[in-house]
This record gives sequence, C-alpha cells and structure tokens, in this order.
Amino acid sequence: MALDDQKGGFKFIGTRPNRPDGLDKVTGRARFGADAHASGMLHAAILRSPHAHARIKKIDTSRAEAAKGVKAIVTRADFTQSLQPAPGMKGENWNILENVMAGDTALYDGHAVAAVAATSALAAKDALKLIEVEYEPLPHVTDVDKAMQADAPVIREGVAAGTVPKGLHPNVAGYHESGHGDVEAGFAEADLVVEDHFVTEATHQGYIEPHACLAQLGADGKGELWCCTQGHWNVQKVCAALLDLETSQLRVTASEIGGGFGGKTAVFIEPVALALSRKANRPVKLVMSRAEVFRATGPTSSTSMDVKIGMKKDGTITAAQGVFRLQGGAFPGAPADMTAMCAFAPYALKNVHQIGYDVMTNRPKQAAYRAPGSPMAAFGVESVIDELCNQLGLDPLDTRLKNASHEGTKASYGPKFQRIGLVETLEAAKAHPHYTAPLKPGQGRGISCGFWFNHGGETAVSLALSEDGTVQLAVGTPDIGGSRASMALMAAEVLGVPYDNIRVIIADTASLGYNEISHGSRVTYASGLATIKAAEDAVKKLCARAAAKWGIPEDAVKWEDGCAVPSGPNAGEFPPMPIAEITRKMGATGGPICGHFEATPEGAGVSFATHIVDSEVDPETGKTSVVRYTVVQDAGKAIHPTYVEGQFQGGAAQGIGWALNEEYIYGEDGRLQNPLFLDYRIPVASDLPMIDTVIVEVPNPGHPYGVRGVGETSICPPLAAIANAVSAAAGVRMRQLPMSPPRILEALEKQAGDG
Amino acid sequence: MRYHTPDNFDEASALAAQASGTTRFLAGGTDVLVQLRSDIVTPDDLIDIKHIPGVREITNEDHGGWRIGVAVSGAEMTEHPRLELDWPGVVEAMDLIGSTQVQGRATLVGNLCNGSPAADAVPALAAAGAHVTVVGPNGSREIAVEDVPTGPGKTCLEKGEVISALHLPRRGHAAGDAYLRFIPRTEMDIAVVGAAINLRLDGDTITEARVALGAVAPTVRLVPKAGAALIGSTLDEAALDKLARAARAACNPIDDRRGTIKFRTKVAGVLAQRAAKIAYARAKGDRK
Ligand SMILES: Cc1cc2nc3c(=O)[nH]c(=O)nc-3n(C[C@H](O)[C@H](O)[C@H](O)COP(=O)(O)OP(=O)(O)OC[C@H]3O[C@@H](n4cnc5c(N)ncnc54)[C@H](O)[C@@H]3O)c2cc1C
Repeated sequence: MALDDQKGGFKFIGTRPNRPDGLDKVTGRARFGADAHASGMLHAAILRSPHAHARIKKIDTSRAEAAKGVKAIVTRADFTQSLQPAPGMKGENWNILENVMAGDTALYDGHAVAAVAATSALAAKDALKLIEVEYEPLPHVTDVDKAMQADAPVIREGVAAGTVPKGLHPNVAGYHESGHGDVEAGFAEADLVVEDHFVTEATHQGYIEPHACLAQLGADGKGELWCCTQGHWNVQKVCAALLDLETSQLRVTASEIGGGFGGKTAVFIEPVALALSRKANRPVKLVMSRAEVFRATGPTSSTSMDVKIGMKKDGTITAAQGVFRLQGGAFPGAPADMTAMCAFAPYALKNVHQIGYDVMTNRPKQAAYRAPGSPMAAFGVESVIDELCNQLGLDPLDTRLKNASHEGTKASYGPKFQRIGLVETLEAAKAHPHYTAPLKPGQGRGISCGFWFNHGGETAVSLALSEDGTVQLAVGTPDIGGSRASMALMAAEVLGVPYDNIRVIIADTASLGYNEISHGSRVTYASGLATIKAAEDAVKKLCARAAAKWGIPEDAVKWEDGCAVPSGPNAGEFPPMPIAEITRKMGATGGPICGHFEATPEGAGVSFATHIVDSEVDPETGKTSVVRYTVVQDAGKAIHPTYVEGQFQGGAAQGIGWALNEEYIYGEDGRLQNPLFLDYRIPVASDLPMIDTVIVEVPNPGHPYGVRGVGETSICPPLAAIANAVSAAAGVRMRQLPMSPPRILEALEKQAGDG
Repeated sequence: MRYHTPDNFDEASALAAQASGTTRFLAGGTDVLVQLRSDIVTPDDLIDIKHIPGVREITNEDHGGWRIGVAVSGAEMTEHPRLELDWPGVVEAMDLIGSTQVQGRATLVGNLCNGSPAADAVPALAAAGAHVTVVGPNGSREIAVEDVPTGPGKTCLEKGEVISALHLPRRGHAAGDAYLRFIPRTEMDIAVVGAAINLRLDGDTITEARVALGAVAPTVRLVPKAGAALIGSTLDEAALDKLARAARAACNPIDDRRGTIKFRTKVAGVLAQRAAKIAYARAKGDRK
C-alpha cells in the first residue's frame, strides 16, 4: 500500500496498470534467450572439467573434429592472446577470459575447457565425448576458512590487490578495512558484549531461464549477438576484448530475460558462441543446461564471519566490530568490501570497525546476487543484536529505533547519510498488526533491518514521438522487474499522454549510448531519471513548435495535460494545442520530435528495510515453516506499487530459500553434489506464506519523483529475520545457514546434551 | 535406440530377452526419460508397455483384492472411487510423487523397478503386502514387492522379465494403512525418510502390523521387528517407543546431500510413530 498523502498530485505515478510485456509472457510470444533462430544455425555445447583443480596437459580434438555434423571446435587458443593477468580487479578482462575458457589449469568443477559447434544439439553433445583431455589433478580447496590457512593449495599466485596486508595466504585476493571511533573503549563501556561466529553457504540466483545466446561473427569482424543478459553493453565490451574485435562492430541485442538477480551481469557463454561462429562461419546457438548453470555460473559467496557488539542495559550500542571472510571462487572479486560496509550501516555508532577478506577457492567465480554481500552481513549482525536484546530483556524494534541511522548520521562506512527512511520502516513495522499478533506454541518471531547502497551509473535514453502523438521510448537497461511499466508511467507523467500510448523497448547496443548493466537497483532510478529528462526534452521541443505556430516566445508556452498552453495571460489567448496536433504536422514544422538524455546520475538514494517473520519448528524433525512474513521497505517513491511489492516479496522468497534449504554442497573430491533443482532446494510456491508488504515512501532527493531502488534491499533482512524467528521457535541460536532440518536437529540435540 | 510397442507381455519379454545392450521398459517414463535426457542412461532398446491391452485398468478381483495395471498413473489411482477407501496409505504414497504433470504419467511399477531406496510408493506397497506378477522367458512368477529391489537402481528381475500386474490383497475389516515421508520442503522433493504402516485391529488391540521404511537403507525395507513391536498393543506410549526403536535399529542409511545418517535414523522413528497413529485411526474408521 502506497502512502496516499504523499502522492503529490501525480496523475500516473503510483497507479497500477498492467505491464506491457504481460500478454507476451502469458501467451508464450515473448522471446527469451533460447528463442532466437537463424538460418543455417549450428548448435554448440561446452566440455567442462570434472576436476576441482587440475593442470590441463593436453586437449586432443581430432576425433571430435572428424565426427559427423561437427563444424568447429574452440579452445583457449581461439580467444585473444593480448590480455594479461594483473593483481586484484585490474586484470578483470583476463579473469573473465580465464573463466569463460580455461587456460592451462581447470580451476573448478564445471570450468569450460573446450566447445563444439555442430549441426544439431545432440551431435554437439556427442562430440564432446570424443574430445580427449589429459588432466593432472592438483590439490583443491573449496572452504573459505581452509583456503586462508597456510597449507591451502594456492589457486593462483600474484592475485592479491595492493590493499591486502603482507603475510596473508596468496588466496586472499582483496582486503577492506573501515570504521571510526575506538571499539575497545566502546566495548569497555558496554553492560553486555556478545561475540559470535557465523557461517553461510553459497547460494545460486536460481533464475528460471538458463543462459542462452545466438551469435554470428564473420571474418570481417562484424558481429551480431542475441542473448539474455542484464547488460548488453557490458557483453559487447567484454566480448570485443576477449575476441579482439572493435566494440562498435559487435551489435548486441538483449532478449526477454527470465530472471537474473545479478547472475546475468556476468559474461559466460557469449564469447564462446562468437568464437565458434567465427571459426565455422555460421550462426551458433548456445544454451546452458541447468547443471551447467549451477556448476559454472555465479553463485553468491559463502562466508565465515565474526561479529562482536557491545550494548548498554538501555539498548544503546557502544561498539560494533565484524570480520567477514567471503569465498569468491577461483577469481578475485568477492564483495567482501560491500559486506563489511553494509554490516553496521543501519546503526548510528560511535565506535565501529569492519574488515572484509576476498578469498579464492576452487569453485565457480562468484557473481552478484541481489545486494551482493549485504544479506550475509545482516545475518551475523542482526543475530547478535537479537541475542543482546534477548539477554537484556529489550524489545528488538525499540532497540533498533534507539540506535537507528538517520539524516546526518556518519555511516559506519564513512559518509554522512542524506535523507533516509530507516526510522520510518521501523515505526511502520511497530505499528503493523503483525508485530503484536499472538504466537502459537512452537512458533517464534524474528525481526531484522537491512541496508543497500543502490547505484546510478551510465545511462542513455531516447524517446521519439509518432505522427499520431504516441510515444516510442528506447531504454538500454534490460527489464528484470517490470521496469518498462515504470518507464512508461514516468514518461506519461511528463508528457501527459495515456500510459497505453507509450511503447517502451530495450534498445540494442547500436541504438543508444552506453548503458550500464541493470544492477545496483539502478533501473527505475537512473533509466527513470533519464526517461523523465528525455520526456522533458521532447516537451521543450513540443512547446517550441506551438510557440512558433502562435508566434509567441518559446518561454511563453508551457505543457499541461498533454497540451501546449500559453504560460499565462500575458502570453496571449490560444486554445490548448494537444500533442497529436503538433506531431501530425511535425514533418513540415521542423522535422521529427525526439527527446534524449545521457548522463551518469549520482543521486541514487540508499535504502533500508525492516522485516518481521514468524516461523514454526517441528522439534522432532527440525523442519521449519515460515508462517507469516511482513516486508516494510522504503521505496522513496513507488512508481508502480505492484512491481515494488513484487520486488519486496521476491527478495523475501529468495531469502527464505537461502535461510532454510539452499546451499552449494561440495564433496571431498571438490565436485558440486547438487547441480539440479531437485537437490538444490529453492522454495516451491507451497513453501511460502503470503508475503505482506508495506511501502514506506521517504523521497530520495536525488530523483525528480523521489525514487530509491527497491530490487536489492529486500533480500538483506530475510536471512537474519528468519534465523531470529527460527532461533526463537527452536529455543536455540542458529549460527549457520541454511538452517536445514539436520542442522536444527543437531543444534537441539547439542543443547539438550549441554543442558 | 530402438523403440518397441509390443501388444502383449510375452512379446515384451521376448524383446527384452533378445536385446543385447541397455534395455528399459517405458511405463510413465518419468524416470526413464529424465535419465535419457540428462545423459545418465541411454537405452539401446526402449520397450513401451503402454500399448498392451488392460495395462491402464484398476480391477477389483474376485477375492476382494485389487489388480493394478502397469501403466495406471498416480492420478488415475487418486481419482478411483474405491481404491483409496481400501488402501489410503498406498494411494497417498503414490500421490506424493512429483507434480500434477508427473502424476499424469508415473506408475507404481515404474517406481518399484527404478529401484530407488527413496521411492515413495514402495514402502506403502510393501507394508500393504502387495505382490507383482512377472512374465519371463521361463513363464511367469509372483514376487512380493519387498523382494523386488536388491540395491540402489537394482531389482531381482532377470533378463527378459517384465512385470505384468501389481496386486493388493483383500483389505478386510478393521484395518488401515498410512505413509509419511520427510522432505525439507512441502512438495517436489525426494524422501529423506519414508515410513509406511499397515495395521489390523481387534477392538482397540493391534492384531496384525507391517512396517516398511524408505530412504534409510540401500533398498526399501520391510521391518518385521517394528511390526512385532505393535502387535498386541493399543498403540500406547510403550508400543510407540518400541516401534521407534525397532525402526531406528533397522536403519542403515548414508550421509549425503539429502540428509545425514543421524538425522535419517532419528526421523525414521518419528515418522513411524506418526504414521502408526494415522493408520490406527483409519483402522478405527477415521477416513479423514
Ligand atoms: C519431477 C519429478 C518428481 C518426482 N518425484 C518423485 C517423488 O516424489 N517420489 C518418488 O518416489 N519418485 C519421484 N519421481 C520419480 C518417478 O516419477 C517415479 O519413480 C515414478 O513412479 C516412475 O514411474 P514411471 O511409470 O514413470 O517409470 P518409468 O520411467 O517408465 O520406468 C522406471 C523404471 O521401471 C522400469 N519398468 C517400468 N515398468 C516396468 C515393468 N512393467 N516391468 C519391469 N520394469 C519396468 C523401467 O525399465 C525403468 O527402469 C519424480 C520424477 C520426476 C520427473
């Protein structure tokens, strides 16, 4: 429910029209990654390492090449030779290349080593079996704590960024440290200090559409690529670098996307399909299987964390400290800095200190997953706060309110907060009937706050008016959450034309300037801001045409309800001139009317959420069910409230999976044991309660309508809120995720044994 | 791959006997086709038994028992007007398999012959005392359900043998069965533990009891000692306690991605108790 009193006289913003892609999706007309076809198209398949860590001594493709239907085989030799490894994130293109196709070493179970294009998908798959790879297995490590120990096998020497202190294991690729005040003095002031260790497992974004693309690349270096991605300009840039192409010669079109959640911000198969196409001189289609998605695309980091917080009897936090170790797979880049920076952001603290370690292991390269790094931090921090409240007999919401960050607070990670809405979410949670509803025996309630930065980023939008006064809006950020509806609403608001008169498309890379990936909850903020500005640009031109017709100065015309009107009595008496009247004659009055906007907006407002969860635990089997769930989050301004609520609910649903059952399980052999949805247990519909939502609207001063990103913050509180609820229901503190039934039963037995 | 559609079981058996490579019968295909698509088993001969007359029929036999055709799907069992009145535990076990889509195809015999230790229908069938008729190169034979699986993915069926029907005994009076499984979610999962109980009462006292467990050993297991723990009791606390202990003692599970040895063993006892309570209530006439 949006707050009606803050509607601020909007006509379209805040309404709930159907999404423009709705009919396409429910009728099967929508074209996803695997729906692209081209005549003469080949099908590709990728050979993957069965070893967690192995030197590739030899790859013999001769038998496969001779197989019926096989048209091309590529290995690392078919990609650029001009990239070089470099410490930290400096060598990122080389890292991507190394991940896309292994060099001299297979770094994880599922690492690509070769690929085949053949006349059918079956022929390609069969040909893989004919490729002979000689491996020399190497010692491997998949656990983050073990990977930091002195005797751990080294994934790759010389990766550590300059910020990493001397003396750490070479697997530590990155290091972050920040904070302020004096934590030791703070702990000394506390009446109670709780310190605990927390562990979370890697989880996959679990998008329902596997990665898929269709690539075409000729000997002239000109290419076409259709793929499902969260950011096709990034795909263009990376593919060009990996294949020695000129960026502009490769046109990339983003398909409809069946979920991404951050996992489709990375590049995996596109360069492979392009390399095969170049070699075979035919279009090549490449579609991942689910097992490949699990084994070789980004899960999130697993973590090992230590959190220590001191509190006074009245609930005042005196000091907070955290150490966060993130396992990032066989490459640098785990968001340890984000984890550390988000950990204590909800609280106004005098003394705070946080450290993050980015650690490499023999696992797939971690990829962004909704608010990368933040949910795990909240799990540790909010569990400790819950424990402090329990032991001191304090109300968990009042305690959080007492310490909450607000406008002007020096954030735990440095800057001063502008206008933020944490207090408002806490107050709304407190006022919500859920918070005071009675619990049944065996049930427990948990709450948690969560924080995410949000992001702006490079953005370009273009808008063209048609002769009939309707509008074509081209944005460059793939629609992963209903953003086309929000863009149309914002354009409608500025132009004063009906929502249905606006067609929004996701333009290809040749049609707009660079657009950063749809990540960082930036789309409704940044593309939205650019849409508003582009529409305003068009309005200015529309007014100019009316001014010319009326023979009055341009600034004597204003835009109202889809019409040009004189700006005041002095401007003259003219009847309103509707948009269609202007566009009908635009060819003769100066040519086509378009609006555009290009910028890197910097005003993305940070956002906070508070979640309330009730759970029930079966003490005989350890089985947990979530029986009630309420999400309260600051959206700044909900452009399309239904899709804001959808983001809130989606974050909670994915959080429930992460908290209760989802995990990457590795065997002693370093191989992933559950690369299918059967044993990688995301929640099914019947596992979830109705997830209630409350939209809080504390406008972001950095957006014309006050928008804050909402896509990521919603997954920050669930792990902790559910852990707190389950711990209350089970009567034992759960410090490891997922809280699967065996773990809960184990904890209960341990407690019974100790007691 | 050769695809066959025999008209009768003798022909099906002959085809299987003559086949030299990997052979699979195709009932619902919800195991066979999944294994094929994911490159786990690619049969050389695929013998579709759904074209044999009568395979989709559920018949009440003269002696009062039920004959279930080898292509009868889970959905057809659930929708049958009378089967569930006699064998609610068997029907609920079959109904737990997969989703609506899978229910339209999956069969009891496919579940049995796929040989999974975690197969849901099999403990209920074993507890019910079901048996199968097998047609083979040397004629036909009857085998108790619990004797069919011999290890994960393995059965006692000889080369060329095909199951032609499954039989449930006459239900008789004052009896009830029940099946429960443990999964971490609410559906679409594989049993971490399964427990089936089949009881008969005389007044309040249990006179017959069969207990079978799934997913706690290399095969589904009939546990006579667990049954014996109940006989003569009124399902009082002491009997339930003995039941749980006997069930746990019969467990020989593995640690894997689905559960630990400890967890499976503990929960086997819990589920056996819970299923026993349901079967007992059903035997007393509770048809909820
Ligand atoms: C999405 C999904 C969910 C599932 N969920 C569950 C679940 O919850 N619980 C569960 O137990 N299983 C589950 N399964 C597995 C499967 O559905 C069951 O095992 C099902 O009962 C198999 O029956 P079918 O008729 O499809 O067998 P098929 O796949 O046709 O055959 C299975 C095996 O039985 C053999 N066979 C079939 N008929 C005969 C015969 N007449 N004589 C001799 N051998 C024969 C075949 O050769 C093959 O080896 C699931 C499968 C899927 C795809």
